[in-house]
Amino acid sequence: MDEVSALFHGFSVALTPFNILLMLVGISLGVIIGVLPGLGGANGIAILLPLTFTMPPTSAIIMLSCIYWGALFGGAITSILFNIPGEPWSVATTFDGHPMAQNGRAAEALTTAFTSSFVGALVAVIMITFLAPMVASFALKFGPPEFFSVYFLTFCSFVGLNKTSPFKVITMIMLGFGLSTIGMDGVTGQLRLTYGFNELMRGFDFLIAVIGLFGIGEILLAMEEGLAFKGATGKIRYQIVLETWKKLPKYWATSLRSCLIGCWMGITPGGATPASFMSYGLAKRFSKNSDQFGKGEIEGIIAPETAAHAAGTSALLPMLSLGIPGSPTAAVLLGGLLIWGLQPGPLLFVEKPDFVWGLIASMYLGNVVGLFMCLTCVPIFASILRIPFSIIAPIIIVICTVGAYTVHNALFDIWLMLGFGVMGYIFKKLDYPMAPLVLALVLGSRAEESFRQSMLISSGGLDVFFSTTLVGTITSLGILLLFWPLISKFLVIFKTSKSESS
Amino acid sequence: MVDQQDDSGPSLRMIEIVFALICIAFSIFLMIGSIKLGAKWTPDGPESGYFPFYIFLMMFVSSTLVLYEKLVLDKKNLTEPFVKKSAFKQVLCILIPAITFIFAVSLIGIYVSSMIYISVFMIWIGKYAYWKAILIGLFVGVVLYLMFEMWFQVPLPHGNLYNPLSMIGVN
Repeated sequence: MDEVSALFHGFSVALTPFNILLMLVGISLGVIIGVLPGLGGANGIAILLPLTFTMPPTSAIIMLSCIYWGALFGGAITSILFNIPGEPWSVATTFDGHPMAQNGRAAEALTTAFTSSFVGALVAVIMITFLAPMVASFALKFGPPEFFSVYFLTFCSFVGLNKTSPFKVITMIMLGFGLSTIGMDGVTGQLRLTYGFNELMRGFDFLIAVIGLFGIGEILLAMEEGLAFKGATGKIRYQIVLETWKKLPKYWATSLRSCLIGCWMGITPGGATPASFMSYGLAKRFSKNSDQFGKGEIEGIIAPETAAHAAGTSALLPMLSLGIPGSPTAAVLLGGLLIWGLQPGPLLFVEKPDFVWGLIASMYLGNVVGLFMCLTCVPIFASILRIPFSIIAPIIIVICTVGAYTVHNALFDIWLMLGFGVMGYIFKKLDYPMAPLVLALVLGSRAEESFRQSMLISSGGLDVFFSTTLVGTITSLGILLLFWPLISKFLVIFKTSKSESS
Repeated sequence: MVDQQDDSGPSLRMIEIVFALICIAFSIFLMIGSIKLGAKWTPDGPESGYFPFYIFLMMFVSSTLVLYEKLVLDKKNLTEPFVKKSAFKQVLCILIPAITFIFAVSLIGIYVSSMIYISVFMIWIGKYAYWKAILIGLFVGVVLYLMFEMWFQVPLPHGNLYNPLSMIGVN
């Protein structure tokens, strides 16, 4: 099969000493980032992105994606040991992970979490290996209307599948698009909406927004609790690893279901967080021990961890093949690709196979190395959290400041980061979802471009989005998802009125 | 009692309404700006204000609907506080020093600012001993310098007003 030989070629690209070193560095950094609050996966990658400009793009993205895996693994450590989710997608892991740790079964919980993550990510990578080229060649048939309709579908799914008010989601999406228009217009060369502020000529960089929203905002929110870390110890002994591994195959059904949920949520931009919650909820419904959930049930760790990692990994599939990131972190990676001059999308596979397959190969390696490192180094990583918050907090802020500055060497950006941080704090408290904002900020100019080109094709008519079966289907699906909250409400009313009359 | 004091301050519902109003004002402001740029569809394609206008128009509509939701529909949580006073104080504890820090970065550069920031934070909020705080602050500053000036060769702010590092002969 073509893909397998391409994959082996990718391994040869990935397995250079420099790249292996970067993998190890990346995973360690990633776990540390995942363990520390305020430095999340998206945020950490955003901060380190400018530093990779001196590296060849393949090595750079290998390191960045290993940071991503590291962060995925790291979030579980603090969830289990300290009941503090290091990442939003590890919240569900705290439900059963921490009780297990409190019962003295921390090592078992950690082993389960890391292994489930590994399995989820592995399944997703295998899926990417075989599906990505297919999706890419399929996407070669896409013209501007098709691309825009896919963006449309992406954002509609945020509106339809989110539990918060759809109007809040739309506001955030429009805010993101709106912010992306401010600055110099690429087509006319005019300055748009800068109101005389020269600093706004560059526009709002999504990296600054991510560091501010997810980094500073997170810290501000964490300070409300006052942060006192009292956690369980996490030494993992070899025996316990083997014993836990013997127990896990029993739950193959949970694992498989979680992988599917995760892959689906990663591809349709849901992301790892909703995947983990959905998987936990479904596992609880279908399990024989559902009353044990919340008290330290192994399934309660397997489900969210597998799904979160499968989602996080498969979010890279639409990013690579269509140029549509499936999660905020994938959005940052996408931004990185654009900065390096690589156009994600169908042509990437054709023009830069080295890069693509090197990256995919590094996903396999990264996950294996990550699993090994986590199992052996957990006490070290966990001890980082023993450093009191009054030392860690200012250090994190310094790191974020450096990260924000190095993007454009502009002091204004640091203030912008702070502004986004305060906004992020308010958004989180008022339940406005930030993922659509970031995605809209990243995709804004490309969406505008495809919309413009589509309209030029049809000379101003919106019917271009229903002109072929392909684009018509995607657009209709989007409209369906957009109105889904309304539709489901009607269905509920319909059903209850039927049962009342019968 | 502490709890009563804690719950005073703006309620969650009020902040939601205020924020929705801010979004509405923001979108109107930018809609006007887009119209000034020109928001028509010419034979050559859209004028540069075309997309921003419709985007902010949609934002206007959706934030109005959020306002409607919060004002009219969502009648529960009438008195739940946006943030407890004690929690807010802790947020300010990190926000205000951070703002001061960023001011300092623009004035005297990042290396010295971070050293001072970390040390002061540790002494004031963490109640650490002076020597520990200064040591860690110094350590972070030196690591930052080595990492960015030497290894990555990425320039960080040296201070517009005065560069304290010139005192010790470093650039």
